Amino acid sequence: MVQEMSVLASAVDFLIPAGGSAKAMMAAVLLGAGCGLLGCFVVLRRVALMGDAVSHAVLPGVVAGLIYSSERSPGVIFVFAATAGLLGAGLVRLMMMSTRLKSDAALGIVLATFFAFGIMWQSRNQQDTVGVMNFLFGNVGSIDASDLRMMLMTTLVLVVTMFFLRRPLLVMSFDEGFSRGLGYPVKLLNGVFYFLLTFSVVVALQAVGVVLVSAMLITPAAAAYLLTDRFDRMLLLSVLFGVLSGLAGGVVSAEVNGLPTGPVIALSATALFAGVYLVAPRHGVLSKAWRTFRRRMRVRRENTLKAIYQIHEGEGFVHEEVSVLMLARKRGQTEDAVRRDCKALLSRGFIDMAEDGVSLHLSRLGWKRAMEIVRNHRLWELYLTNEADYAEDHVHEDAEKIEHILEPGTVRQLEQHLDFPELDPHGKPIPQPRHLVAQPLLTR
Amino acid sequence: MSDEQQPALETHDLTVTYHKRPALYGIDVAVPAGSLVGVVGPNGAGKSSFIKAVMGVVPSSGGWVKVFGKPLRENLHRVGYVPQRESVDWDFPVTVMDVALMGTYGGLGLFRGPGKAEKRRASEALEKVGMLPYSNRQIGNLSGGQQQRVFLARALAQDSDLYLMDEPFVGVDAATEAAIVTLLREMRERGKTVIVVHHDLQSAGEYFDRLLLLNMRLVAFGEVKDVYTPELLQKTYGGRLTILSEVADRAAKL
Repeated sequence: MVQEMSVLASAVDFLIPAGGSAKAMMAAVLLGAGCGLLGCFVVLRRVALMGDAVSHAVLPGVVAGLIYSSERSPGVIFVFAATAGLLGAGLVRLMMMSTRLKSDAALGIVLATFFAFGIMWQSRNQQDTVGVMNFLFGNVGSIDASDLRMMLMTTLVLVVTMFFLRRPLLVMSFDEGFSRGLGYPVKLLNGVFYFLLTFSVVVALQAVGVVLVSAMLITPAAAAYLLTDRFDRMLLLSVLFGVLSGLAGGVVSAEVNGLPTGPVIALSATALFAGVYLVAPRHGVLSKAWRTFRRRMRVRRENTLKAIYQIHEGEGFVHEEVSVLMLARKRGQTEDAVRRDCKALLSRGFIDMAEDGVSLHLSRLGWKRAMEIVRNHRLWELYLTNEADYAEDHVHEDAEKIEHILEPGTVRQLEQHLDFPELDPHGKPIPQPRHLVAQPLLTR
Repeated sequence: MSDEQQPALETHDLTVTYHKRPALYGIDVAVPAGSLVGVVGPNGAGKSSFIKAVMGVVPSSGGWVKVFGKPLRENLHRVGYVPQRESVDWDFPVTVMDVALMGTYGGLGLFRGPGKAEKRRASEALEKVGMLPYSNRQIGNLSGGQQQRVFLARALAQDSDLYLMDEPFVGVDAATEAAIVTLLREMRERGKTVIVVHHDLQSAGEYFDRLLLLNMRLVAFGEVKDVYTPELLQKTYGGRLTILSEVADRAAKL
């Protein structure tokens, strides 16, 4: 066993680069990968604050490690830090179980207590704890070969464990009750999860610092969550974002004098997140705004078409043309506004404009869509009055919205349900786009 | 003793307390294999607690549970559990197929991934509830009824002998409700035992063959014709046992 460990250690040594900046890059990649992986579960299980608490809780452990290992052995620091982190997580759980406190209050107390204790202890032992600032705010430059070896081995353990346990951890995070029914050892898995969480915090500690580690646990995973609806992809993206922000932070803080690594890494992660937040295809704000805008424009076009139809209907379908002025009056808009709407309809082939620009008429496509909208409106009014017992004067507002979103399948259902009605509750005929060819207006 | 003679589910003196407040008192019940049971009672009667305590999702503070004559732990693989739909986050980044596949994980242990056989079972289960066309959808993009169908598919994929379902009819459309009822009867025809927490007394009489009337304690358990009576329903719904719940409140504050 000991022999195998030393073989592994020498294999790990082989991977460690000699150059200072290469070491920094490698550290950044490792912490990004570890935090990215764990972060997915942190975000999905909504225990983001737990990451924060654990990261602050490790400080007394770091101080103890610095004091009790004369040559600043990373192994000793790791053990102390991880123990302190787990102790903090355990205390949070204990407090939640034994009192009526919810997790946020319990987390807040533990976080502050451990952090304050760590700071106090450190200031009493300043000679022994010279490197503590590196752990507080992060300094990739301070990571030497033995630190890197520790990081590498821990990340290896973390990645391998995650790889094998990702499925049960996923099921448990999604539905804990069900995972009990599957016979999963839920308590054990939870324990493993918090172990791994603490490991990833400690791995990132020296590069990012106690105060900002939680940013690495949350931000890359949150960005990945906005980008995809698949868990495996989320894991990959989160690791990618973590590594990228680690690298960016490492490079920038090495180039620019006096910039601490931790804040730069955290801000790089935020920049990535901001990009995703804006442009993510489904859950991004820009695409959401774009979809809303498109829908509003469509509703507007359809309302104009409907108004044209209603003008024709009011005249008994005797004229072929509708003037822009009449349309403006019907829509309650200025002529200019109506002209703009007409341009949109024209470009989509719903209407044709006369050459003088004062009148227009519906194309075949326009007739079809206009009839569909009016039919949807009247069918829905009828459905509400007949089936839902709405009063006749209560149904119009609702139908104004529903007419734009009724799908052909639902329309068919409604028609069957209402036994193919011909009149709406106000006595107006319900148009039949199917019989469009028979319309006298369209013979030419 | 063979399965047919063993009760599918037997509880003795099953008691549940939440934060010291008793929610269920000493439930003794023996559900014969192959029956379709509705668990009925007013709000706060402990219907969900009963199922959760059987599954060990909430700890029971007393009594024991046996499934097909053995402690639950030994026969867990024969039990399928359908939690309440609201108990999970539907924004979770998993697809309909992923959720159905979870039903097959029980036989795989912690480390093995699902193979062809498991995927086939999950597909068949989805097919049965009419959700196969949606298998690649993220679960948040489904209606309430569809989400409930996915949960049922996951349970079907478990291929268990005893099923415990927590409020599968809540928030589903009429078509889904009818589909679930058909499915439950089909499961019974195939010899499965199904226990369903149900909130609607009206339909309970026609959906199930046996009813378990619950109001913090067992009021009655038996065939519908025997227990769907005005007296027993009055006993179940007609007011809490005042002293019982008062004492429970006081016990909680100790």
